[in-house]
Amino acid sequence: MKNKVRCTSWLCILITIITMSLLRAEITEKLRTEDKCLSCHQEMELLPADFQDYDIHLQNGLSCAGCHGGDPSSEDPEIAMSPQKGFIGIPAKKDIPQLCGKCHSKIDFMRTFQPGISTDQVQQYFTSVHGKKLNLGDKKVAECVSCHTAHQIPTVKDARSSVYPLNVPATCNHCHGDQQYMEGYKIPTDQFDKYSRSVHGQNLLEKKDISAPACNDCHGNHGATPPGIASVSHVCGNCHVNNLEFFAASPMAKPYSELEMHACEQCHGYHDVGKTFDEMVGVGEQSVCIACHSEGDKGFQSAVEIYTSVKELVNTLDSAHHKLREVQKRGMDDVDISFLLQEANQTLVYTRTLVHTFDPVKINEKSNEGVVKTREATLLADKEIKDYNFRRRGFGIATIFITILVIALFFKIRFMEKKKGNS
Amino acid sequence: MKNAMQKIFSWFDERYDVTPIIDFASKKKVPVHRHMIWYYMGGVTLFLFITQVATGILLLFYYRPGADSAYESMRFILTKVNFGWLIRSIHSWSANLMVFFVFVHMFSTFFTRAYQKPRELTWLTGFILLALSLGFGFSGYLLPWNELAFFATKVGTDIAGSVPLIGKPIMAILRGGEDVSGATLTRFYAFHVAMLPAIFTVFVGIHLPFVQRQGMSEPEELAKMGENEKKVMNFFPNFFLRDALLWLIVLNVLLFLAVFYPWDLGFKADPFSPAPAGIRPEWYFMFMFQTLKFIPPHVLVFEGEVVGILLFMLAGLAWALVPFWEIKSKSRGLTHPMTIIGLIALVFIGVMTVLGYIF
Repeated sequence: MKNKVRCTSWLCILITIITMSLLRAEITEKLRTEDKCLSCHQEMELLPADFQDYDIHLQNGLSCAGCHGGDPSSEDPEIAMSPQKGFIGIPAKKDIPQLCGKCHSKIDFMRTFQPGISTDQVQQYFTSVHGKKLNLGDKKVAECVSCHTAHQIPTVKDARSSVYPLNVPATCNHCHGDQQYMEGYKIPTDQFDKYSRSVHGQNLLEKKDISAPACNDCHGNHGATPPGIASVSHVCGNCHVNNLEFFAASPMAKPYSELEMHACEQCHGYHDVGKTFDEMVGVGEQSVCIACHSEGDKGFQSAVEIYTSVKELVNTLDSAHHKLREVQKRGMDDVDISFLLQEANQTLVYTRTLVHTFDPVKINEKSNEGVVKTREATLLADKEIKDYNFRRRGFGIATIFITILVIALFFKIRFMEKKKGNS
Repeated sequence: MKNAMQKIFSWFDERYDVTPIIDFASKKKVPVHRHMIWYYMGGVTLFLFITQVATGILLLFYYRPGADSAYESMRFILTKVNFGWLIRSIHSWSANLMVFFVFVHMFSTFFTRAYQKPRELTWLTGFILLALSLGFGFSGYLLPWNELAFFATKVGTDIAGSVPLIGKPIMAILRGGEDVSGATLTRFYAFHVAMLPAIFTVFVGIHLPFVQRQGMSEPEELAKMGENEKKVMNFFPNFFLRDALLWLIVLNVLLFLAVFYPWDLGFKADPFSPAPAGIRPEWYFMFMFQTLKFIPPHVLVFEGEVVGILLFMLAGLAWALVPFWEIKSKSRGLTHPMTIIGLIALVFIGVMTVLGYIF
């Protein structure tokens, strides 16, 4: 019975997908033949050959006239592109958000394509620096087509889209990295370079990990704005939840706020957020603590204790991992050791996160938990290595025993045959 | 002590008349000549079979057949059971060595032409034992339920399924369904621990008495000599003690392999994952597997794979019936037609096996 239900469900999904694809193909084909804007402009080679291939608007029946106005049924260009027929030509930059919003802001219309789609893009846009400046008549700021492009717009999930996560930094950098273009805005133009070097940038651009944040993940996309002092930690805290929680409850939160210091950015930077390392805490040369704390104050002592706790766990884990490799090299049982070390690794991650509490006692407690697990793993590893040596010794002893037996048999045979020969 | 032994013997002799058997054994002679080393191959195979039975029984204490339990129980045997790793490794190594020695035994019998009259049935039962050994290997390979074994079994049973007419039913019987699944595992388990051992024991029970009854085959030049000119040794205890000595050495080699090259368990089989790279059968099936790969998809109007399987079946049948169609010739040594046939078979198997591991 269950199987029948499952089969029917799969069949329904399959039929829906096929029907949708056929419908989509039919719409595109219909447009290709009936829409005179398309057919003429393609004939005149004003449009690229693959113009219709992946444009989401065309696939859903929205052709040139949808944005530019005019009469797509007329073959006469005078009629088709006459203002009487609503032809507006190239839309003015200031009008573009409203033009796109004609459809994209209408929830009743948009939900027919995608039930969960948001329709507040235009509203958000006018809260952004881009939107505000556009309203003030700035013709250089980005509007919809600056980021999404005007024609051949794929869906955001399509890797060819200019706003696909992997492409967002380059899209923003198109304007923000252009010194000449950005002249007058009094903001730096090296964000992309810095971001590319950051841990976020490396993960996104090099490892193609789209879970790593791009520009829009911190600044917002349609409502793009630089995060203020109050919100910067919330921006980081969107992903680094525990770090934010610990920091907010720590004794550091208040003075940071009073001194108007950015919570996370103060130690980690922003566009060029580097990969964290243990020496960032403590009082060594690379420590960020000594930027504010100096020898003799309580914070300085706490930094020493925190660093010691973290480093103890790191060192014991390193030596346990070395032991684990020894066990694996010998082909012995590494399952339980690996599990324990996984747990200890997890504890290390948590201990490092706890650094944001700036509480040496809490950090030490957690670190000790990890050290106990690591020592347990080391003991198991020692047992396995001992067992390995025992096997070799056992083989040695067995070989001696067997060799004695072989020699004894050999002499027995010789003796027996010699005796028989003599007799 | 001697008296007590004699009393026990007399007790048995009185009831079961064992004296003729003792007489037969004590009078049994083994010819001594430069090729007599090959006489030991059957004994080594027997020793490895006994090792298989002993270690197999020990593994049964903990092994649990089933898609959800086989791999886990093997892991338990390897990591938690005292000396489980040793037993499993010896079982795997001795299985491979046994197949190897079965082949050595068979080819030595072939090249010394020991299959000739009156030993036709000894050869035939030996051939059946070889086929059963391969069956043991094929069914045992799947039992740990690891990735390699799973996909190799899939390929192996697929090949069996290509046999015209009977292929599909055979494949369904082997798999216990349309695909390799938990049902395949449980029936392979039944084949491996019940059916094959029972049949194997019956054929060993026929093969060994045949050898004992007819004695060892002698090379032609020795057979022509007069009884007084022949050099012989007693089976008991001379040959038997030499056999025991060799068995001890083989045992030591087994221990060495088990301790220093323990058999891998691999990753658990996942029927829904794609086949990993490097899927290959056990080495003793490699020559057939590689040959099938070399045969073009179509040979005339027939499917290449089907042609290949039929040829192997024909070759196997011809090999089994060698004593009945043997080409007689006066030539000796390497020029004898049967020796040439044997060498071609040996080179073919060797080359194809090596190529199988290269490509």
